Amino acid sequence: MGQGIGQLLVYAAVLIALSYPLGIWMAHVYTRERGDVVERAFLRLLGKDASGDQNWKQYGGSVVVFTIAFSVFLYGLLRLQGHLFLNPDHLPAVPWDVALNTTASFVTNTNWQYYAGEATMSYLSQIAGLAVQQFVSAGVGLAVVAAVIRGIARRGGGVGLGNFWRDLYRSIVYILLPLSIVLAVILISQGVPQTFHGHATATTLQGAHQTIARGPVAGMIAVKQLGTNGGGWYDSNSAVPFENPTGLSNFFELLAILLIPFAQLVMFGRMVLARRHAWVLYAVCFTIFALGVAIAFPAEQHGSQVLRNSGVNITHSASQVGGNMTDKETRFGIANTALWATATTDVSNGSVDGGHDALTPAGGAVPLVNMFLGEVEPGGVGSGLYGLFFYVLIAVFVAGLMVGRTPEWLGKKIEAREMKFAAVGALAVPTMVLVMTAAAIAAPAGLASVFNPGAHGFTETLYAYTSQANNNGSAFAGYAATNFSTTLGTVGLYFGRFFPLLAGLAIGGSLAAKRVVPASAGTFRTDGATFGILLLGVIALTAGLMILPALTLGPIVEGLMH
Amino acid sequence: MLRALLASVVAIVVSTVVLGFAYPALMTGIAQLTASHKANGSLIVRNGTVVGSSLAAQEFTSPRYFHERPSATTPPYNPAFTTFSNLGPTNPALAKLVKQNADAILKLEGPYNPGLTIHQIPVDAVVPSGSGIDPEISIAYADLQERRIAAVRHLPLATVQSLIEQHTVGRQLGFFGEAGVNVLNLNLALDSEQGG
Repeated sequence: MGQGIGQLLVYAAVLIALSYPLGIWMAHVYTRERGDVVERAFLRLLGKDASGDQNWKQYGGSVVVFTIAFSVFLYGLLRLQGHLFLNPDHLPAVPWDVALNTTASFVTNTNWQYYAGEATMSYLSQIAGLAVQQFVSAGVGLAVVAAVIRGIARRGGGVGLGNFWRDLYRSIVYILLPLSIVLAVILISQGVPQTFHGHATATTLQGAHQTIARGPVAGMIAVKQLGTNGGGWYDSNSAVPFENPTGLSNFFELLAILLIPFAQLVMFGRMVLARRHAWVLYAVCFTIFALGVAIAFPAEQHGSQVLRNSGVNITHSASQVGGNMTDKETRFGIANTALWATATTDVSNGSVDGGHDALTPAGGAVPLVNMFLGEVEPGGVGSGLYGLFFYVLIAVFVAGLMVGRTPEWLGKKIEAREMKFAAVGALAVPTMVLVMTAAAIAAPAGLASVFNPGAHGFTETLYAYTSQANNNGSAFAGYAATNFSTTLGTVGLYFGRFFPLLAGLAIGGSLAAKRVVPASAGTFRTDGATFGILLLGVIALTAGLMILPALTLGPIVEGLMH
Repeated sequence: MLRALLASVVAIVVSTVVLGFAYPALMTGIAQLTASHKANGSLIVRNGTVVGSSLAAQEFTSPRYFHERPSATTPPYNPAFTTFSNLGPTNPALAKLVKQNADAILKLEGPYNPGLTIHQIPVDAVVPSGSGIDPEISIAYADLQERRIAAVRHLPLATVQSLIEQHTVGRQLGFFGEAGVNVLNLNLALDSEQGG
């Protein structure tokens, strides 16, 4: 395990070293007054909606209208792909229920996949439909975060949060696109295909016929990782050698999962002029991330009950990795797969480099809990940093009650209105997840999707709705597509996107209008270790307590049966 | 709302053109100019025919070849429809599959490895890989198969061992990922060792 731990530490060091300068750059991108020539031309082309500051309702309105309009376009594309170009393997239209769920899944930055990409989607659907959403939905998430932060930072003079279209343009052109090009080039150098040729056919050494799916894969995989999207070209996602050929490609894809999310915290500290506070949040997020890895890695290395009882050799040695290798790849082994499972659910990414359904009870509980907490460690590019802000507000509020003062955050008074939005933002999605899981377990149509028997089958169901409602997209992939599960999931996808997003914008708008209260001796400090520990406690006591009963029915029972 | 809708329509068109066509076209251009072999799927050509990809496992059942890890795809080792097995850690079906695979290995390798027991079979040899087309096996699983290959092909054991070593893919830069043996490349090397 020593070498595995070494890989984890190097990963953490590189992540911290790169997220810092990127965060500084992002703060610059969103605070610069004058846009470039192309930006100004683009905004003029978009018309009235793209000029001037928007208040939170106008900003949210643009987001909702844009998302719904793009949903219609994408759904049409998926249904018509059989008649369109860039379809060298002559794939037919995507069935209506899968197209509906996939549309919702990609416009909400989730990338839950009820289909096998290489066997379902034409090249046109992949690159001009799905991959475009991987840029745009992530750009929307970044834009909303920038707007909320502007609201928090505003020191008098109006209630504007910026302009959605301008923020969207800058998110994509100055952050997502350049990083994607760099990552795609790295992936191409490692062997990820990037071609417009259709399937290759091979005659194997034993004379059998083998069809090899390929395509313009590298470009999509780059943005899939960077934009916390997670929807792969192939069904087995980044476990497939064509998506993730080497240990090095795995390292960079992993880095891309957490890079922008952690950089957002640095950006936040600079934009609100509270760098120490931002570093406290950074430390809290990093702690939760490290705790997850510290549970998942040893659990997977220890192996599953079935494997230990079988008598085969699962001991780590110089010639094998050992442990729970079910649905894992030889070149990644245990450490890299456990790290990936944790990172991809600390944020709303959802890509995988090994099958989560086959994880041990403890190893599978880590991604499940991560998602249920709202992926606030530190929140995806798409689902945004605002998820963490809800918890910060609750923590500030609790602290205020304890010392008997009106709670303040970054110089602004926190009152009933903000607390209502924070409570909705933090609790609506977990509540929805529990209701949907209960419905899917109670209804025979829901049980039809379950693949594994016993407690594990319950975990599959809980995981499916936790993942979709939190816009993650990773899966206990045995959970199957039916009309029932795709439709219920679609509802979860849209509500899970818009509830927290609009609550976050509302808080930004509300804080923007407030006057700054000068800090005094009685102000509760939010830039020290005390606040960090309080915040950890609040996260554990709100969503953490909500999932505990469900966790008991799933992974805990399964673990005790060992 | 109408203004937002108009802006949306324009933004949809522009983003689809730039991100959906220009970006992949640019990346394809770069890939084809700098690394066309990899960009087209790392295909391996022997005597004018494509025999596979070094990034995809293929089915080996003959005792003359090193065997791959189990695959959960339909048919096995299908790079046009990858899938996990999704077998949970307490699923009896997993226990059955592991036993079945271990028994098959004992039967195949036993004659060449007297005293072979299930405790010597490495775990990756009996459980499905993530992609179903994992091109590599652990060094331990390659070592387990070397005596059979040497005997069936009438090769010195040292030759087979040296070929395994040559086709072992170490950690990248000596550090990232885990080591494994590329089965297709190894089997091709075996064939050319004997075929001349």
